[in-house]
Amino acid sequence: MEHKTKITAEPGKQDLMIIREFDLPVELVFKAHSDAGLIEQWMGTKVLKLESKKHGSYQLETKDDAGKVLFKANGAIHEFIPNQKIIRTFEMENAPVGVQLELYNFEKLTGNTSKLTIHVLYESNALRDQTIQYGMVQGINMAHKRLEEIISKLK
Amino acid sequence: MNFRRDVFQAIADPTRRGILLLVASQAMPAGAIAANFNTARPTVSKHLQILTQCNLLKQEQTGREIYYHLNPKKMKEIADFIEPFRKMWDDRFNKLEAVMKKFKTKK
Repeated sequence: MEHKTKITAEPGKQDLMIIREFDLPVELVFKAHSDAGLIEQWMGTKVLKLESKKHGSYQLETKDDAGKVLFKANGAIHEFIPNQKIIRTFEMENAPVGVQLELYNFEKLTGNTSKLTIHVLYESNALRDQTIQYGMVQGINMAHKRLEEIISKLK
Repeated sequence: MNFRRDVFQAIADPTRRGILLLVASQAMPAGAIAANFNTARPTVSKHLQILTQCNLLKQEQTGREIYYHLNPKKMKEIADFIEPFRKMWDDRFNKLEAVMKKFKTKK
């Protein structure tokens, strides 16, 4: 089966590409990236601040049920062209993985389908690989959390 | 983790990737591998040494010659390295698709 989301990360380089085709018009995929309420729904994190405009900035935060902060990130928006492009920085607070530059490219394929390409540049190759490993741990944690939720509903 | 990084450093070099590709098609002794590159023989030997230390290549004595084989298990480990990260993004985007489809019908 062909994967819907593709990642290319060449060995030794300090960047990677995330490519995804959506069964959605480009306007909706863009909206999902520029509306705080929608970001909260699909990212599963709280949006403390989001100024979707050139020279704007944003802050994200996730807390557990006890109120402990699990994830906190922020960044500056360098470019914001509706339905076409977002360029922003992304930095996780309290994680030694540095700051990354993210270039989002939104493309219309048909009236109902679209393609998103995210080019992510890291400070170094080592930090890129470390982030991939962090994502791995985070992915496992998220799956675990979902499992816990499902199990708690069964009880 | 450090060991992993070594593997990635090993495959970061284009000559070493070339060696892996070459050996992937068939096991070869060092001399035959070196003949495929414009690099000095000792340099190729050094590359072979690094690839062997990282377990990407295995040595096997056949008669008087040492043949280099690819270690498919180690190669697979590298391919899988990215998979959980890809899966995380895939899940996230599937959620985005579901959220926006609901959003569309509500409007």
